[in-house]
Amino acid sequence: MSVIEVRGLRKSYGENLAVAGIDLSIAQGEIFALLGPNGAGKTTTVEILEGFRDRDSGEISVLGHDPQRSDKSGRIWRNRIGIVLQATSDAGDLRVSECIEHFAKYYSNPRDPESVIAAVGLSEKREDLIRNLSGGQRRRLDVALGIIGNPELLFLDEPTTGFDPEARRAFWELIRSLQSDGTTILLTTHYLDEAEALADRVAVINHGKILEIATPQKLGGRSTSLTKVQWLENGEIRSEESSEPTAVVKRLASQFPGEIPGLTISRPTLEDVYLAMIGGAE
Amino acid sequence: MNRLPSTLALGFQRGALEIRQFMRQRESVVFTIFFPLILLMIFGSVFKNTIAPGVTFSQYFVAGMIASGLVNSGFQQLAIVIPLERDFGSLKRLRGTPMPVASYFIGKALLVIASMIAQIVLLLGFGVAFFGLNIPTSAGKWFTFLWLTLLGTATATVLGIAFSIVPKSGRGASAIVSPIVIILQFFSGVFFVFTQLPSWMQHVAAIFPLKWLTQGMRSVFLPDSFTSQEVAHSWENGRTCAVLVAWLVLGLIFAIKKFRWSN
Repeated sequence: MSVIEVRGLRKSYGENLAVAGIDLSIAQGEIFALLGPNGAGKTTTVEILEGFRDRDSGEISVLGHDPQRSDKSGRIWRNRIGIVLQATSDAGDLRVSECIEHFAKYYSNPRDPESVIAAVGLSEKREDLIRNLSGGQRRRLDVALGIIGNPELLFLDEPTTGFDPEARRAFWELIRSLQSDGTTILLTTHYLDEAEALADRVAVINHGKILEIATPQKLGGRSTSLTKVQWLENGEIRSEESSEPTAVVKRLASQFPGEIPGLTISRPTLEDVYLAMIGGAE
Repeated sequence: MNRLPSTLALGFQRGALEIRQFMRQRESVVFTIFFPLILLMIFGSVFKNTIAPGVTFSQYFVAGMIASGLVNSGFQQLAIVIPLERDFGSLKRLRGTPMPVASYFIGKALLVIASMIAQIVLLLGFGVAFFGLNIPTSAGKWFTFLWLTLLGTATATVLGIAFSIVPKSGRGASAIVSPIVIILQFFSGVFFVFTQLPSWMQHVAAIFPLKWLTQGMRSVFLPDSFTSQEVAHSWENGRTCAVLVAWLVLGLIFAIKKFRWSN
């Protein structure tokens, strides 16, 4: 069953066509990452799905609801989704616990504020004023406010900007635990390692169009592309791209008396294929 | 699945939160709550004259300060703070939750009421203690005071929310809103006896609610004999009520139709 269903979505701002016909289908319990350069149409697409912007044309269903509808059903729908916006700087005069406890009151079936505070790692900061939090701590508060309502669908817009590596790992664990509870997650991110670590599928979007939707392992023909074998020979770096890297290594192994100096074998990273796709679209 | 909380209940939750946040912003507490008091101290100390038999300038001024307190803490505060909240992303965040917009409005109105109560208590307390202020004794005058304060609060709140659409950014809001309020105060007879102002000023002021609020407050704090110095030789409380209701309805329509959560 799909949680998000998009057909032929279009949106323009004056002359500028921001979203030029997008189709998407995101299944329940899936973590789906939307990748693309700034100005590609990512934010517009997500904001239309979140109900913040109206579309020009196309069919959309988010949890069976049209986000553009502004009647009473909108409130019931919002009760079922969670949104983590890009970095905000509000509510500086509240304490962390006050803010989270207050937002819990908006929902019919919220999570326990204390366990959410613990889950985002803010237990030690629970009595601090929000304005005194560091950038990464603020971001974790944003995440806490996004999940406090126990959403079936969570939108995460560049959630780990400003995190240190350790905090990012902890955050990824949190997202995985939300997924194992059945939450569907739509993630936009600039960090390709984040998409690779979390996403079941990724979509690359540029100039308002989706270039490809695939698993991170298969995107851009990554799983079938040539593997690069690199080694040192006479003090020089040599390399060879091959569809049979094992054969290359065997040949090298017979060529050198012992260890092959400076040997590395690498397949293209998600970043490599992403950049190739974005560059190719220019 | 439990039911969603009611709009009114969430409005009170919002109000409690707004008041808590407000109390932690020392500058805004000083500006909105103590500023009228400081003005009373200055004007009360400078102008010690009586402007009519048995009416000191302080007595006249307190009526005007309470009226403009409604405009300051309702209209001015909200028209400046809401664009800031929009800039900071708080409104967009709220928009993404199931909290109804009406609860947000109710919360703002409760903040304005709380700040008004604090201002009124301080103004009347200091007025009586240091400036020989006479507090009304008849139940009728207190009744006028009550409906005028409540209606004035509602009108000022709604107009503040409606006007919050005008400033393009939070930083520019104060520069647009504050001069409007100061000019209105001069035109509406807050600082000077209204009938002594040039008649064109009186006509301009009569369009806006502050003139009527001020006049209504005079009907509470000044003896009825002072009506001889009023434009219509009466307090015109019925007309005051009508003008305030008209602005309230106009502001409400505008606020509901045009309110923006984000830039």
